[in-house]
Amino acid sequence: MIDEPLSQGASLVHRRDPRFRLIACLLLSLAAALAVGPAAPLLVLGAGLVLTLLARLPPGLVLRRFVAVNAFVAFLWLALPLTTPGTPVTASFHGLAATREGVVLATLITLKANAVFFCVLSLLATIPAPALGGAMRAVGVPDKFAFLFLFTYRYLHVISDEYGRLATAARLRGFVPATSTHAYRTYAALVAMVLVRAYDRSRRVYQAMVLRGFAGRFVSLDGFAADRGDVAFLIVALAVAVAGGALEIVSWRGHV
Amino acid sequence: MSEPLLALSGVCFTYPGTARPVLDALDFTFGPDERVGLFGPNGSGKTTLLHVMMGLLRPDAGAVRFKGSPAVTEKDFRAVRRGIGLLLQNADDQIIYPTVLDDVAFGPLNCGLSPRQARDKAEATLSLLGLSGFGPRLTHRLSGGEKKLVSLAGVLAMDPEALFLDEPTNGLDPDTRERIVAILENLGKPLIVISHDWDFLVQVTGVYYSIEQGKLLHDPDFVLHRHVHGHPLGDRHHHHHD
Ligand SMILES: Nc1ncnc2c1ncn2[C@@H]1O[C@H](COP(=O)(O)OP(=O)(O)OP(=O)(O)O)[C@@H](O)[C@H]1O
Ligand SMILES: [Mg+2]
Repeated sequence: MIDEPLSQGASLVHRRDPRFRLIACLLLSLAAALAVGPAAPLLVLGAGLVLTLLARLPPGLVLRRFVAVNAFVAFLWLALPLTTPGTPVTASFHGLAATREGVVLATLITLKANAVFFCVLSLLATIPAPALGGAMRAVGVPDKFAFLFLFTYRYLHVISDEYGRLATAARLRGFVPATSTHAYRTYAALVAMVLVRAYDRSRRVYQAMVLRGFAGRFVSLDGFAADRGDVAFLIVALAVAVAGGALEIVSWRGHV
Repeated sequence: MSEPLLALSGVCFTYPGTARPVLDALDFTFGPDERVGLFGPNGSGKTTLLHVMMGLLRPDAGAVRFKGSPAVTEKDFRAVRRGIGLLLQNADDQIIYPTVLDDVAFGPLNCGLSPRQARDKAEATLSLLGLSGFGPRLTHRLSGGEKKLVSLAGVLAMDPEALFLDEPTNGLDPDTRERIVAILENLGKPLIVISHDWDFLVQVTGVYYSIEQGKLLHDPDFVLHRHVHGHPLGDRHHHHHD
């Protein structure tokens, strides 16, 4: 549901019970995110890559999202090595030098970001909206929180669609991006319109739901039914997360 | 006459921040076997009227009654929305889910059908509208007319007692339009249809109203003489089905 086109499929991953995928994703992400050394994130990254392959997601879509995440990571690489205090590893440039600690930190963040990215992509993005809502409730996420999450997502899409429509309308009427006052004024107007229209549209989406009998509970079309494959899958995910934790502890011992 | 399904008395409505009342002490009774055609110029308040009847907008004054009991709170209107299906003027506003099947099944699931029944219901409704096989399609990739049909399927799938349709034939080709005429005739349910498509109104409804200056006007001898249309038969001799 995070990604509509990715949620459609019949792969080994898509067939897993959404509840189990949600829990597996939480376990793996936690193992990667909480680690202080590189071992656990590397392990989870490997697991995420394998899952992404198994999910047979369209490579173009995966690549686009991969680039988006790593563009953000690239910004960190610009700043972190220079600003983290520690042993310099490059010549000083205007009093700034990249430090070993900074490079290590940036590497670790890169690993973690990509590990979590591939897990979310293969495990969560492959769950259709209603099923993810249902799965969140089934694993004990409070209703309010599950709704907040679903609606945030739903309206993010509304906003990006709205922007797309307005940008098209502007292009149709001969607008060409440029660095001119006219172009900046147009962009400012587009952003203002996006906010107004997205608000309006989100209200209408809510009306549409109410019209069709929505009374505060999402019901999923696919009832949940776990089989042995799901249990095996969760055990493997748990094992990977625990192995990540164990590696982390071992590397700590090594340091002390 | 049997008890009205929906009745409005003295309903006033002004959009917040505007001066002109869109509905001004409006009275209306909608019986359980009526097929009402609603027409009138753009901006005369047709859509607003339906939204007030469904509880999407609350009147500033006056009362809405559903099957004899007053509808005031959100809870009262939940019953109205179970009983009456409203097709919105803009299909993009009606579609909620990324895939067609999930979207059409949304209403039935809210009505308490099991996932299995809801899926069957959704598939049956889709095929009724000539959309078999559309289940897995992504809703934002549908054509304008397809979106309109999918949003209609979402409404019909709830098996409402009555249907309110806000410009249902907008953007539909003649064959699809005929199919909708046939479906509405088959269903035999009470209707309120807003349309600027006179042919369509004449085919599916029998009582005509327009809104003027915030009031509903009954039009006993419908404006058949205003009926002007063009089609490929031109002035060659031909028949109209009605
Ligand atoms: N959200 C709103 N805020 C303020 N004014 C509104 C809003 N929605 C509609 N109006 C105004 O209320 C009046 C009635 O609008 P409504 O949508 O009911 O007209 P309509 O008869 O359905 O027209 P159309 O045939 O164009 O669909 C119009 O003058 C419109 O400008
Ligand atoms: Mg209207």
